[in-house]
Amino acid sequence: MIGIIDYGLGNVKAFANVYKMLDIPAIIVTKPHELINVSRVIMPGVGAFDHAMKCLQDSGMREMLDEIVLRKQVPVLGICVGMQMLTNSSEEGVSPGLKWINGDVKKIDSSFNKSIYVPHMGWNDVKPLNNNDLFRGLSDDARFYFLHSYYVHCQRNEDVIAVTNYGVEFACAVNHENVFGVQFHPEKSHQYGIKLLKNFSEL
Amino acid sequence: MLRPRIIPCLLIKNNGLVKTTNFKNPKYVGDPINTVRIFNEKEVDELIILDIDATIKGREPDYNLIEQLASECQMPFCYGGGIKNSSQIKTIIGLGVEKVALSSCAIETPEILTEAAACVGNQSIVVVLDVKKRVRDNNYEVYTHNGQMATGKCPIELAKEMERLGAGEIVVNSIDNDGLMKGYDLTLVQKIREEINVPLTCLGGAGSLQDIGQLINMFGAIGAAAGSLFIFKGVYRAVLINYPNQVEKDKLIRKSHH
Repeated sequence: MIGIIDYGLGNVKAFANVYKMLDIPAIIVTKPHELINVSRVIMPGVGAFDHAMKCLQDSGMREMLDEIVLRKQVPVLGICVGMQMLTNSSEEGVSPGLKWINGDVKKIDSSFNKSIYVPHMGWNDVKPLNNNDLFRGLSDDARFYFLHSYYVHCQRNEDVIAVTNYGVEFACAVNHENVFGVQFHPEKSHQYGIKLLKNFSEL
Repeated sequence: MLRPRIIPCLLIKNNGLVKTTNFKNPKYVGDPINTVRIFNEKEVDELIILDIDATIKGREPDYNLIEQLASECQMPFCYGGGIKNSSQIKTIIGLGVEKVALSSCAIETPEILTEAAACVGNQSIVVVLDVKKRVRDNNYEVYTHNGQMATGKCPIELAKEMERLGAGEIVVNSIDNDGLMKGYDLTLVQKIREEINVPLTCLGGAGSLQDIGQLINMFGAIGAAAGSLFIFKGVYRAVLINYPNQVEKDKLIRKSHH
C-alpha cells in the first residue's frame, strides 16, 4: 500500500489518480496512525521551504515519518519541495530540513546567463545516472515538468541519480538507501511520470 | 534543454467553456472536465483555465470545480479568476493547483504578491496583464475586469513591478488580437521580454502552429498560449479540440535552433 502524505501542500489527488489508473493500491494519509501499514511513502510539496516544513510539523505526522523511514526503512519519495525537505537546510528559509539526505538547497543562479529565467518552469530533459531502478525502462527522450527556483546540492556524489541542465547541471533526482527525491513533478509529466511512479511502487 | 511551453487557455463562464473575440461575444464550446480529459490524452505541456465570471460578479472562486479540474489534470494547471487575497491563493494551491493567476487584485493591491509568494513560493504566482493599444496615442495600456476597466498603467512598467513584488511568471494577453487568429503581438512581447527575468507567456492571436513557431523562433523557451487555435478547426470555427503531437512540437522547436 502506497501512502500519499497530505499535509496541506501539493497535489495528493493527482498521485492518487495515477495509482488508481495503474491499479496499484494507494491511500491519502492525513494522520500518523494511518502510516503504520504503508509500504511506500510519497511526500508531495509545493511552496516555500519554511512554510512546507511548518505544515508537515503541524500535521502531526513528522515523528511517525521519522520512525517508518529511518527505523523501518520504508521507501519514501519526496517531490519538488518534498525533495528539498529531505535535506539539511535551504537558502530559501531558516527551518532545518528532515536530514534524511546529506545535502542543502540552493537558489538557481541566473546572473551569468541572460537566457536563464528563474523560476525554472517547463519541460526539461533528465539524464539518469548509475542505472537507478527509479528510472528503469524510461526512454532517452524522457522529459519531465519542472517548477522551482531552488535545487538540491548533495554532499555525496553517489546520492545523485539523475541530472538536468538549466544554466548549470543540478541533481534532479537523489537516492540514499530507502530515501528518494525528484525535483520535477512526475504526477504532471504524462507517460514519463506515470512510468517513474510505477517504478517507485515496484522498488 | 528547457522546451518552450505550448499552452491551451480555456475560459469558464456559467460552468461551461467559452471562447471570446476581443474579450467579447463568448461562444459556448463544451464541458470543462471533458475537455481536460481530451487534453490529457494529447499530453499538453500545461493548461491555463480562467473563470471570467468570478471577478465581474464579485464572487469567490468555485473551489469545487477547481478541485475537480486539478485532480483531473495530468499536466500542470494554472487557475485564474475571482481571487482577491492571499488566503484564497493558499486554499487554491492546497486543492492541487500548480499555479494561480492574478489580474485585477495584483494591480489594485500589489502587496498580495509578496504575501502569497512567502507561503506558496513565487513559482506558483502568475500575473496576467490584459493589454490593449490606446487609440489616442498608440501606447499599450493594461486593462482589468475582462477588458472593461482601463488602469492607465503601462504593461512594461507593471510587469517589472510585479516581478519585483513576487510574481514568478507574467502572462501578456493581447485584447486587440484575442480570437482573431492572426498571430501574436510580437512587438509587445519583445518589449516585455527584454525587461523581466521571470518566465513569460504570450496569449492572444495565435491562429496556426506557424504563429507559435514564429514566437519560439524569436524568444526560445517562452510560453505560447492559445485559445481558439486549440478549440476550433477550419474557417467556420467548428469546435474540435486539437493540439500538436510530440513530433510536430519537436519540429517547431528544432526549427527555432537553426
